[in-house]
Amino acid sequence: MKPPTFGYHRPNSVVEALSVLAELGPDAKVLAGGQSLVPLLNMRLAAPKALVDINRLTELSTVAEDEQAVRVGAVVRHATLARLTSAPLLAEATRYVAHPTIRNRGTTVGSLVHADPAAELPAVLLLSGGSVELASAAGSRTVSAGDFFVGPMESAVRPGELAIAATFPAPPPRTGSAFVEVSRRAGDYALAGLALSVTLGADGLVSSALACYVSVGPTPLLVDLTDAVSGSTVDWAVAGRAAQSVVEPDDDIHATADYRRHLVGVLTARAGGLALTRAKEAS
Amino acid sequence: MTTAPDDSAPQASLEFDISVKVNGMPYQTRVPARRLLADCLRHELGLTGTHVGCEHGVCGACTVLLDGSPVRSCLLLAVSVDGQSVTTMEGCRAADGGLGPVQRAFMESHGLQCGFCTPGFVTTVTAFLRENPDPSEEEAREAIGGNLCRCTGYQNIVKSVLRAAELGQQSAVDGDA
Repeated sequence: MKPPTFGYHRPNSVVEALSVLAELGPDAKVLAGGQSLVPLLNMRLAAPKALVDINRLTELSTVAEDEQAVRVGAVVRHATLARLTSAPLLAEATRYVAHPTIRNRGTTVGSLVHADPAAELPAVLLLSGGSVELASAAGSRTVSAGDFFVGPMESAVRPGELAIAATFPAPPPRTGSAFVEVSRRAGDYALAGLALSVTLGADGLVSSALACYVSVGPTPLLVDLTDAVSGSTVDWAVAGRAAQSVVEPDDDIHATADYRRHLVGVLTARAGGLALTRAKEAS
Repeated sequence: MTTAPDDSAPQASLEFDISVKVNGMPYQTRVPARRLLADCLRHELGLTGTHVGCEHGVCGACTVLLDGSPVRSCLLLAVSVDGQSVTTMEGCRAADGGLGPVQRAFMESHGLQCGFCTPGFVTTVTAFLRENPDPSEEEAREAIGGNLCRCTGYQNIVKSVLRAAELGQQSAVDGDA
C-alpha cells in the first residue's frame, strides 16, 4: 500500500530539528534511513502526523573513532559501519543487518531507536556497554544501553528528543568477540543470535565472558558467562546450557520457543569458540 | 497549503517542488510528502522501467541507484531525495542507447522470464560490478541476495551476473557521475 498523509519537515541543522521536534511533540516521528519506518507507513501500521527528515543533517553523518570508542552519528548508514576495520564486532554484526541494499540507506542509530528485539546492533551496544546521546530543545542527556531498550520496539527516546549519536566503547585488551545468528534465509530477521566477547587474563585464561542475545526476549538480553567458562579447560557447551536456562523465547510463526532455546545453546558454543580464538590472536 | 521543503516552520506542509536528476536528465516535479520515489518515477516522471512489487522493501524489484548506491525506491520518499541523482533501469543502457552490459548479459544468459524483477536485478548488479568487477560465483549470489525472482530459480541470474562481469563494466552508465 501507500503511506497515509503526513506533514513533512526537513531541517538543515540539529538546532532547527530540535525546535521542530519541540513544537510538534508526540505528533512527530523522526525519519532517518526509513528502512523500518517506511514499511510501517506503507502497511499503515504507523500514521504519524508529521515526519522530521534528518537526512540533511551532515553534522550527524560522521563516524569518530579513537582508542576508547567508536561514536556513530545519527545518519551514518549501516554500509559505512560494515566496512569499519577498527571495530570488528560492529562490522561483523552489521553485515547481518538485512541486505546490502537496505544497509545502504538504513542507519545504525535508527536501528537502535527502533529497538526491534531481533535487531543486531542493540545487542552490540549492550554488550559493549555503550550509550546513546539524546538531545531536545530543553537540553541533552546520555542514556546507557542498559536503560535504553525499554521493551519490544520501544526505546528511551521521548517525544521532542532526537538521538544524536551512539557510542560503542572499545573492548579491553586481550579481548575477542563474535556475532552469529540463524535466520530462515540470509538477510531475514534472526530466529536467535548473539554477540559474545571473551577477555583473557595475563595468564592466558578466560577472565571474563559476556554474551548478549537477540530474538529470545522483549529486549536484548545480557548474560554473564564467566563462571561457566573460567578455569583451565573451556567448555562452551556449559556456557550454552547456562544461557539456555535464562533466556525467555516466545513461539511465533517463524520458530518455536524450544527451537530458539536450542539455537541459543548451539550459537553460544559457535560464538564462544570464535571469540576465544580471536582473543588468543589479539593477546 | 504548500511550502518549500526547506521551510522549517512546523506546519502541515503536504506538497513540495523537488528537482531530481534521473539518468543524467534534470527533472522538476511537485509531489505530496507521502509520494514514494518508486511511484514518483513511474507516475510523475513516466519512467515505468522501475517496477513496484511488495512495497515494503522485501522483493527488490524497485531497486534504483541513489548517488550510485542501490536503494529500495519503495522505501524512500521522493521529497527526501530532492537534489540527488537517481539511476533507474532506463539509465543502465549503453552509451549508444543499446543494451548495457548487464542488460545484454541477462538477455544472453536467459536471466529473465516474465521480467518483472529484472529492473531491480539490473540496477543492483550494475552497482555491484562497479565495486567488484570480477566476482566469484559465491559473491555474485551474495550480491543478489536481496532480490526475489519467482520464475528463473536464480541459476541463470547468477550466470548473467558472471557474464556481465565478462562483458566488462567499463561501459559508461548513462547519467551516473
